[in-house]
Amino acid sequence: MTYSTPVQTFQITEHTDHPTKIQVEALDFHYGQFQALRNVSLPIRERQITAFIGPSGCGKSTFLRALNRMNDIIDGARTQGRVLLDGEDIYGPDVDVVALRRRVGMVFQRPNPFPMSVFDNIAFGPRIHGLARGTDLEDLVERSLKRAALWEEVKDKLRDSAFSLSGGQQQRLCIARVLAVNPEVVLMDEPCSALDPISTLRIEELMQELKAKFTIMIVTHNMQQAARVSEETGFFLHGELIEFGPSSRIFTDPHDKRTEDYITGRFG
Amino acid sequence: MMPDGSRGRGGAWEAKRRAANGLMWVVAVLATLAALVPLAMVLYYVTAQGLPALNLAFFTHMPKPVGEPGGGMANAIVGSLILIGLASAVGLPIGILGGIYLAEFGNNRFAWAVRFAADVLSGVPSIVIGIFIYAIVVMPMKRFSALAGGAALGVMMIPTVIRTTEELVRLVPISLREAALSLGATHWRTVFKVVLVAAKGGVITGVLLAIARIAGETAPLLFTAFGNRFWSTRLDQPIASLPVQIFTYAIAPYDDWHAQAWAGALVLVALVLILSVAARYTTRGRFRAVR
Repeated sequence: MTYSTPVQTFQITEHTDHPTKIQVEALDFHYGQFQALRNVSLPIRERQITAFIGPSGCGKSTFLRALNRMNDIIDGARTQGRVLLDGEDIYGPDVDVVALRRRVGMVFQRPNPFPMSVFDNIAFGPRIHGLARGTDLEDLVERSLKRAALWEEVKDKLRDSAFSLSGGQQQRLCIARVLAVNPEVVLMDEPCSALDPISTLRIEELMQELKAKFTIMIVTHNMQQAARVSEETGFFLHGELIEFGPSSRIFTDPHDKRTEDYITGRFG
Repeated sequence: MMPDGSRGRGGAWEAKRRAANGLMWVVAVLATLAALVPLAMVLYYVTAQGLPALNLAFFTHMPKPVGEPGGGMANAIVGSLILIGLASAVGLPIGILGGIYLAEFGNNRFAWAVRFAADVLSGVPSIVIGIFIYAIVVMPMKRFSALAGGAALGVMMIPTVIRTTEELVRLVPISLREAALSLGATHWRTVFKVVLVAAKGGVITGVLLAIARIAGETAPLLFTAFGNRFWSTRLDQPIASLPVQIFTYAIAPYDDWHAQAWAGALVLVALVLILSVAARYTTRGRFRAVR
């Protein structure tokens, strides 16, 4: 039963346009006695979209949260292995988690704006990191909202509560909030699962624009979405990365029987 | 619509069941009325007795010497406000920070002990808290003082504030904490800039209810703030307060003092009522913000 695959198998020849941003090596993760990730190894390319699919509870969200150490806040969590961000292990002894999370931002399953105004939501990150003040901060907020394709809709209600926005707008607000701290990597944990199809389409379009500048990783239950938006796709099952490769191939010519069963809808 | 079993037992059984149902309904309504009657009577009686003696002078004038008509309770009203301010200065920081501690780091033996202590403290008779403050503040200072009164009331506020803050901070969804942490906020920033903001409405409600509760306390003030016939805002001197002044006037043998005691009682009831209504009002928007 050695399904887990050595690092080399997924190492694709180096692209000059899209060098490796994150190299995951033999990552194990436990919640107490339960092992949620088993020996996961793969490269994530810079300025591309990498998608992760798999049935519920397969570890794909846990994997995403391992990349900005959001799992640290869970009691009884234990991580082994290495995650190299630009060659440096984010689980190394000298790593500042605050600085790491600034570089690796996250968008969650349900829109989670703060109970504050639209403006203050976006300004939260820049303020805590001391990035900008006064008119600089206003410019930064405007730029972030424009990048998230939300500016036109909210420019007249920056002082209104973020809860006055629709669900889709709230999710783009959360994306803008992440972009405001100018991260290098954006992790998206099923960002469209609580949204209607129109809002979902907008987020997908937005991702295509953002990948020019950011490395994006998305977990999704929606295989069509993974096929539409991503360059590379990984398939998780029971905490193992079963298969990883170019999305065009994974969805047309999966090499593993289990991947094929999943994407053809035979389980999950 | 009836289940088959009941039809089979015939009309008599069904009539009995209906009668039992009706009887219980009547009993429940009567019990509710019985609970409301004393409250309504207290409000009515205090208003009826207090309103005639209530005028502008009651709020702005000092007590007159015995035998002279008129005068007011200006010193006691201001004294009560000062005592409430002092109590808040003692009780709110300890209560709110303690509540945050219990909610955020409360998975250990120490927190369990703090919770238990807070619950016990909220059940301690208020006169005992008065004696305690007498021993640790009044005795060393060798005099009754506003500070001692404020400390006694502040100690009484702590359990209410600590437990409501804990409950409300716990209610803030984890997704908000995660959002803040994932932006690189430290734990304390997350708590103070996001979690507390989300829980604000509820925490304010808890604070107002705690204040409403101590505003009418008499026993812990008897040998801490003591009382004062004269105008005093000095914190190291005995200070007047509405409840103590009402008590003093009510047991005195003068009819005009009795009338003023009723007026004082009315002011106190109104103050507590306003605080309770304000507490309700601030709670309204709570779940909109927190979801």
